[in-house]
Amino acid sequence: MNENFEPRVVGFLCNWCTYTGADLAGTSRIQYPPHVRIIRVMCSGAVDPTYILKALLEGADGVFIGGCHPGDCHYLTGNYKARRKIVLMKSILETLGLEPERLWFRWISASEGQKFADTMTEISDEIKKLGANRMKEFWNV
Amino acid sequence: MKGTPPRKIGVFVCHCGKNIAGVVDVNRVVEDISRLESVAFAMDYKYMCSQPGQAMIQEKIREKGLEGVIVAACTPNLHEATFRKAASKAGLNPYCVEMANIREQCAWAHQNDPEKATRKAVEIIRTMIQKTAEDKPLYEGSIPVLKRAMVIGGGVAGIQASLDIADAGYEVILVEREPSIGGHMAQLSETFPTLDCAQCVLTPKMVAAGTHPNIKILAWSEAREVSGYVGNFTVTIERKASGVDWTKCTGCGMCMEKCPIKIPAEFDRGLGVRKAIYSPFPQAVPNKPVIDREHCLHYAKGKCGICQKVCEVGAIDFDQAPEIIKEEVGAIIVATGFDIYPKENIGEYGAGKIPDVIDSLAFERLLSASGPTSGEIRRPSDGKIPETIVFVQCSGSRDPEKHKPYCSRICCMYTAKQALLYKHAVHKGRPYIFYIDIRSGGKNYEEFVARAQEEGVIYIRGKVSRIYQSGDKVTVVGVDTLLAKPAQIDADMVVLAMAMVPKEGSDDLRKVLKITADKNGFWTEAHPKMDPVGTTTRGIYLAGCGQAPRDVPDTVAQASGAAGKVISLFSRETLSLDPMIVSVDEELCAGCGLCVSVCPYEARILDEKKKVAIVNEALCKGCGACMAACPNSACIHKNFSKKQVLKMVDALS
Repeated sequence: MNENFEPRVVGFLCNWCTYTGADLAGTSRIQYPPHVRIIRVMCSGAVDPTYILKALLEGADGVFIGGCHPGDCHYLTGNYKARRKIVLMKSILETLGLEPERLWFRWISASEGQKFADTMTEISDEIKKLGANRMKEFWNV
Repeated sequence: MKGTPPRKIGVFVCHCGKNIAGVVDVNRVVEDISRLESVAFAMDYKYMCSQPGQAMIQEKIREKGLEGVIVAACTPNLHEATFRKAASKAGLNPYCVEMANIREQCAWAHQNDPEKATRKAVEIIRTMIQKTAEDKPLYEGSIPVLKRAMVIGGGVAGIQASLDIADAGYEVILVEREPSIGGHMAQLSETFPTLDCAQCVLTPKMVAAGTHPNIKILAWSEAREVSGYVGNFTVTIERKASGVDWTKCTGCGMCMEKCPIKIPAEFDRGLGVRKAIYSPFPQAVPNKPVIDREHCLHYAKGKCGICQKVCEVGAIDFDQAPEIIKEEVGAIIVATGFDIYPKENIGEYGAGKIPDVIDSLAFERLLSASGPTSGEIRRPSDGKIPETIVFVQCSGSRDPEKHKPYCSRICCMYTAKQALLYKHAVHKGRPYIFYIDIRSGGKNYEEFVARAQEEGVIYIRGKVSRIYQSGDKVTVVGVDTLLAKPAQIDADMVVLAMAMVPKEGSDDLRKVLKITADKNGFWTEAHPKMDPVGTTTRGIYLAGCGQAPRDVPDTVAQASGAAGKVISLFSRETLSLDPMIVSVDEELCAGCGLCVSVCPYEARILDEKKKVAIVNEALCKGCGACMAACPNSACIHKNFSKKQVLKMVDALS
C-alpha cells in the first residue's frame, strides 16, 4: 500500500439526508480525510448509472452514494431505487474490469455526522488498499 | 435560446470570519479560480452574507453583467435563499445562483490540513462552475388554492385545528374514525399541573366544533385515498356503516338502554361495559350511536332487533352499507394521535394477565367521575379500594433493547398527577412511584412534582424487574438505586405508565398521504426545528401525538400552529411552484412509460396519442428518479440535469 497515494472519491449525496449529514460532520468539527468530492443530488434514486461509470472511467478511485435510511426517503422510495441500481452497477463494473469494491453505498441520515465522517475514513482506507484506479491509463494508450 | 448557458460567472469567496479563512487560503483560491475560462470575476470578503457583502455581489452583477453567481461559503441549506434573493434584486435570475460548500464540507472537516483543504476548496468551486455554466433561468409557476381544509383525527389536536381554521372563515371537514370526536383527552380525569377536569375543558370545544357553521364532522369515517397536490387535494373517505340512519336519529339513547348485549367498553379500557349499539360516552359529538356488528345479535343470529323496535323515528337500518364519498380540499392536517403500548408486551410485568395491573389510561377511567366506578378508585379484581398502589414509570419507554427507545414525555407528569389524585381520594392510601428520572420540564411542572412529594407520594428511583400475583396482593420487585438496595412492595394494585405509540393504522394512512415516518412510526416533520408542523408533502401538516409524544398544552399549541400554516396558505389566491422539477423533451421521449412507473407522486402520465410522457408540474417534487430511469435521456431535471452532473464529474478528474 502506497502511503502517499491520495485517492479521489466522487460522492453523490442525497440533499435531504447524507448531504445534511455531511454538513453536520463539519458543524461538529469531526475530521475526516479530504478525499471525497461531493456532488449534491436531490435524491440517491436520481443517481444515473452513467454518473458512476463516468466517474470511474475518468479516473476516480472510488464512488460513494449516500441516501436516506430505508423508510426515510424524502421522496418515499428513491433510496430503494438507488439500492437496486447499485447492485446492478457492481456486476456491470466487474464485466468492465473495474473492481466493484470501488463503488460504495450507505444510508446516512441528516443526524449522522459521525457516521458520515467514519464512512469517509473507511472508504479512504479501503480504496488505499485497492490502489489507484488504472482505467484512465488504458484510455490514454 | 435552448442550450445557451450563462457564461459570465462571478465567484464570491467568503472568509466566514476565521471559519473558512482560518483553514483555507482564500487568496490562493481566488487566484486559482480567476484563471478559469468562464470566470468573469472573483473576489473574497470577510462575511459575504452581511449587508455590505450582499451589496457587493449585487454591484458586481450589475457592473460585470454576470450571468451566473457562485458564493463559496457555507452549505446551501443555510444561505442559498439569502443570496438568491439578493441576486434577484440585482436583476439576475435567482436559479442562476449557486453555493459552493467550502465551510461545512471542507474548512471545518479538514482543519488540520490547510494545504489539502485549500486544494479541495478550489475543486469544489470548479465543480460548481460547471453546474452554474449550465444553469437555466427558471420561473416559478402558479396554481390556484382551494380554500377548504380537511383535518384527519378529532382528538383535542384536530378539534383545535378545526376551530382555528373555521374561525378564520374557511370550511373544515373533520374526519374521525370513532363514533365521536374527543380522542384520548375525553378519557382523562383531571389534567396536570392545574388539576382542571379534562371533560370540563374539552367538551365545550367539542360542542363548538359540532355546532360551528364552517365545520362538517364526518365521524365513524376514514380517509382511504388522497390524490392531488397542495391547494388541490381530493380525498376519498369511507363512511363506515353504523347501522343507524344518523339523519333520522335524535340521540335519545333508548336503543342503547334496551340493547341486551353487554361487552367491555373500549372507552373505559375494558373496565366498564357498553352495549352492542353504543355511543362511546354521554357527551359524544355527534351524539349518535353505531352498531357493533361483531357482537350484535341481529348480525350474528338474525334475531333480536330490539333497538329497531324501540326507535321511535325508525333510524335503525341494519342493511346500511358503507358509503364512499369524495371531498376536495386545499390543505390537510393529520392529527391521528396515539395508542398506549400494550401491557401484554411486557412479560415481566405480568403480560396483561394480572387483573390488578392496569395501564395508566385505564387508571384515568377509574379516576374519572364519569368512569365505570363513578370516580371511586376500586381495583378491577374484587372492587376493593386499594391501600397501596405502585406506579411504574417508563413501562416500555426508554428501553431500546426490548421495547421503545424514546421517552414518552408525559408519563412523569401524569403519574405524579394520578398518585396525587389517588392520595386525595384515599387519604390513608400509600402511592409509590418507581422512576428512572423525573422529567418535569414545563410551566409549573417541577412545582407540581414537588407538591406530589409533599403530599405523601413516595418516589423510588429504580427500575421494576418483576411484577407477580401473590395471594390477593400484587408483588412489585425492583431496586432502589439511591439506597442501593432491592425494593419489594406488596401492593393492592399496580399502574403501568405505558409508552405512547402512534395510533394503530397510522402507517396505512402514511402511505395514503405519501408522507414519511421515523423508525418508531411517528410522522416526520419537514424540519425538526424550523418546520415542526410541516411534512415533506406541501399542503399536509401535522398536529398532536402522531408526530411525537406530547402533553395537552403542547398539542393544542401545535394544532394552532398547523392551523396557522393552513390559514396562511389560504390567504393567497395562488401558490408558487418550485421550478426545479423535471421536464420531458418530447423529441427524445419514446413513450416507454418507465418514468410513469418510477414516479412516486403519480406526476407522470402517458399521452397515448402522442406517445410521450407528460409531467404534472404541480405534482412533480423534483426527485429525479425518472431522469435516472429514462433510457433516452428525455427527462430533464431543471438545473440538476444529467449534462450538469456529468460535467461536474468531469471537473473532478
